[in-house]
Amino acid sequence: MQKYSVFSLVKNAFGGHKDWEVAWKDPTPKSEYDVIIIGGGGHGLATAYYLAKEHNITKVAIIEKGWIGGGNVGRNTTIIRSNYMHDENGLFSEFGMNLWRNMSQDLNFNVMFSPRGIINLAHSDAQMNVYSRRGNSMRLNGIDAVLLNREEVKKIIPMADFSENVRFPIFGGLMQPSAGTARHDAVAWGYARQADSMGVDIIQNCEVTGFDVSKGKILGIRTSKGDIKAKKIGLCVAGSTNVLAEKLNMTLPIETHLLQACVSEPIKPILDNVVTFGAGHFYCSQSDKGEMVMGGDLDGYNSYAQRGNLPTLQHVLTEGIAMFPFLSKLKMLRTWGGIMDMSMDGSPIIDKTHIEGLYLNCGWCYGGFKATPASGWTFAHTIAQDKPHELNAGYSLNRFSTGHLIDEKGLGTKTWIS
Amino acid sequence: MLYIKCPHCGLRSQNEFSYGGDATVKRPELNKEVSDQNWDNFVYLRKSPRGKHLELWQHISGCRQWIKVERDTLTHEIFKTLKANEEL
Repeated sequence: MQKYSVFSLVKNAFGGHKDWEVAWKDPTPKSEYDVIIIGGGGHGLATAYYLAKEHNITKVAIIEKGWIGGGNVGRNTTIIRSNYMHDENGLFSEFGMNLWRNMSQDLNFNVMFSPRGIINLAHSDAQMNVYSRRGNSMRLNGIDAVLLNREEVKKIIPMADFSENVRFPIFGGLMQPSAGTARHDAVAWGYARQADSMGVDIIQNCEVTGFDVSKGKILGIRTSKGDIKAKKIGLCVAGSTNVLAEKLNMTLPIETHLLQACVSEPIKPILDNVVTFGAGHFYCSQSDKGEMVMGGDLDGYNSYAQRGNLPTLQHVLTEGIAMFPFLSKLKMLRTWGGIMDMSMDGSPIIDKTHIEGLYLNCGWCYGGFKATPASGWTFAHTIAQDKPHELNAGYSLNRFSTGHLIDEKGLGTKTWIS
Repeated sequence: MLYIKCPHCGLRSQNEFSYGGDATVKRPELNKEVSDQNWDNFVYLRKSPRGKHLELWQHISGCRQWIKVERDTLTHEIFKTLKANEEL
């Protein structure tokens, strides 16, 4: 595979940029693979990459209904963080942070990882206490956390509403300085390019129409490009998980909901960090192009629409304007939606299933992007070793029936309850 | 914006309603032995279909009644609305 560097750039500039190799091929599916990953999003591509890199399993196919990176990895607000209280989430995410820090070098692809820090604003004494507890839990797990008072927050984001007569005054905030953002498309492309170079077949425009299961074992899949055999199959299809589960006669602790995001027109640099509103659900950062990148609540009812509804957008932006009044002066450039696999406790599932050879990776709610490397790494391990790694042991499928829920916020599918 | 025809009040905008989830799940009967699996089915497991979905909504800013709505989760088309005690 051609290495991307300043030298290859100069060399190809002399050739008029006509001789670049394709970043990944467009193969026709073989009749059999060792492992098939369904879903060519961030998690699926990362899983294939780590299967090849960490476990030397290269006879792998990624089956994608549309085009790679066209789902949630291309629709998120690019936030990367590990500011969780529970051990399962904290240790898993912090493992991921280390992969993020080296990702551009690892993939030889600039994912523009920008550890600019995230601030969760607090709007009451009680919320400061909760944040202090969460910050302490994070630090016990080796994750950086700083509790900021009102004056300290004001120094970092003076453009927020610090006036006295507001409904939700800023009392302070919890900051994770090492959190940040990354270029989301580059993550998908970087993983795809490396996976392809190690022999993974990336098969796009190929819909999975059914599964071949016999005597409790998975034998293969049926697709719009023919039947493909495999002893091991991993599902990484986020909001479409329930659609495939139905074909497998499985009912899962997941509902599919719609989440919107939007960007404003580009403006000069004003916001260095990611900031979240603590009295509702709104988060904001500024892209390198200058757009304010914003998101918030689910639309609130089961949806596969991949496009949003205005009442929710209005509600979310009302919160945004309460936090950053200057946002009201900006024009909206673009809004979009993606479908989220909302698990019942708000935490993901990376596990085996009752069908031998079938592995499940889902329930990311709207925290899937930051988990991309750790999810791929642990899912690859789970598939290759046929057992979960200790990092994803808590993300079991049966935790709902056994009562071992990971209720980070205790919200699950009804996130608007907060 | 969804427009939902409340069986009690008529056609109203989505802003007046609050969502209550899948209307087909049944709570296990009282005073009977209930297996863990049955509780699991009721509390956590959902079909979440792409297509027709029978769901509960509450007309929270109107008559405050719970109603059933049959809606397409892909197109948002609403086929039918019913009172909470009516069957499809």
